[in-house]
Amino acid sequence: MSHIKLPIYLDYSATTPIDKRVADKMAHYLTLEGDFGNPASRSHKFGWSAEEAVEEARKNVADLVNADPREIVWTSGATEADNLAIKGAAHFYRKKGNHIITVKTEHKAVLDTCRQLEREGFEVTYLDPEENGLIDLDKLKAAITEQTILISVMHVNNEIGVIQDIEAIGEIARENRVIFHVDAAQSTGKVDIDLQRMKVDLMSFCAHKTYGPKGIGALYVRRKPRVRLEAQMHGGGHERGMRSGTLPTHQIVGMGEAFRIAKEEMATENERIRMLRDRLYDGLKDMEEVYVNGDMEHRIAGNLNISFNFVEGESLIMALRDLAVSSGSACTSASLEPSYVLRALGRNDELAHSSIRFTIGRFTTAEEIDYTIELVRAAVEKLRDLSPLWDMYKDGIDLNSVEWVAH
Amino acid sequence: MAYSEKVLDHYENPRNVGVIEDDQSVGTGMVGAPACGDVMKLQIKVGKDGIIEDAKFKTYGCGSAIASSSLVTEWVKGKSLDEASKIKNTQIAEELALPPVKIHCSVLAEDAISAAIENYRQKNR
Repeated sequence: MSHIKLPIYLDYSATTPIDKRVADKMAHYLTLEGDFGNPASRSHKFGWSAEEAVEEARKNVADLVNADPREIVWTSGATEADNLAIKGAAHFYRKKGNHIITVKTEHKAVLDTCRQLEREGFEVTYLDPEENGLIDLDKLKAAITEQTILISVMHVNNEIGVIQDIEAIGEIARENRVIFHVDAAQSTGKVDIDLQRMKVDLMSFCAHKTYGPKGIGALYVRRKPRVRLEAQMHGGGHERGMRSGTLPTHQIVGMGEAFRIAKEEMATENERIRMLRDRLYDGLKDMEEVYVNGDMEHRIAGNLNISFNFVEGESLIMALRDLAVSSGSACTSASLEPSYVLRALGRNDELAHSSIRFTIGRFTTAEEIDYTIELVRAAVEKLRDLSPLWDMYKDGIDLNSVEWVAH
Repeated sequence: MAYSEKVLDHYENPRNVGVIEDDQSVGTGMVGAPACGDVMKLQIKVGKDGIIEDAKFKTYGCGSAIASSSLVTEWVKGKSLDEASKIKNTQIAEELALPPVKIHCSVLAEDAISAAIENYRQKNR
């Protein structure tokens, strides 16, 4: 195992390294020797070169999702894109209605934005997903009222990797003349997106989960039929007034190059990643009391979210110091709440506390997966030997029948 | 989160893991709840002289919870029940250099000692 570099990075849904091809291209847009100009400068070559680079990147981003480049608005990332989409649409269309529909398993960038709108007087319905993490379209339809102006559903869930049927949701939204926003931070380069076909009005992107840089993202804003937004960032009127602020050329070029590579390589890459993910799952699934969280079929290739029953997630992560993975148990971030996503799926507390998210990506190798399997099996066994819950399970005691002395 | 050397040591090499076969001389305390992410089971075996001669634990919980319970099994051994009941969570937290978010682990360990002693006393009333 000496050739494996530790720790092994299996947290590609948190962020990805920048692809070297992307980094090389970005470096050209920083210094005096390169094209460092302000793309908004109209009076000289420095500005023109930078603008040209920005527009080429805009085309690359649009191409990945089959959109028109004029529909792409640069932002600082997916969080800002979510804020601009949701607040921007809610504020613009508030005379039409005050009701928004979203899902309990959305990213906080969507949920917290909706909470803010509630404080401003909007009403928000937070749909429960089914046990597999997907939403029931009939429940969505039933939630739509005369007052509904916006539906926001993420494409791919960051924790469990399940893919929502945004094409079908788009049809429902369009029939009901409701704006449809999709947070696609986790899906670019992983799932085909065709905005000519899908009736999505607003879609949020970021670069850093698709081998581009952090600090840059974009919002797709549909032109036909036209969707209007109230700007959230005011200033020089960049991006057709929707998002002011000097464009960071090198970041934008990085996102464009990352998305260009994604379009070119995603088919073969996903196949390879799926093979690795299945190899990992095959290496773990014969263990007792192991549960996959989220639908296994409607799921991106690189995600495996598993609960190891009767083992607490944070201690498992501690035992897996040679792996960079994340835990569904949020103890690590100083609150003791288990993952709200797993809770929304109806997972019980033990399982929600016992989950590990493995996310595999472009630079993961088969050797790393094999080593990971060994480490995980040994760690789970060690912690189960320590676990009173495991003993109780083995003695046939139903943990739900126990009166716990909670504190 | 960075763990202290002592937490890591107890976590890597937990002391006195196991189960003591139950009888009149054994007190068992189980505290916490799966919903909170920690369950500690602490057992003490008390000699005829009233001194704790053995202690074992099993813990479901984070590294700090495992370390706290491992530590108290070491501390209670050789103590009388009264002495053992004087072990305070603050001493445990200090010994292990627990950060504020992990103080509840030391509280749970103190509760586990009390529960084990209480269980022993009920059996031997």
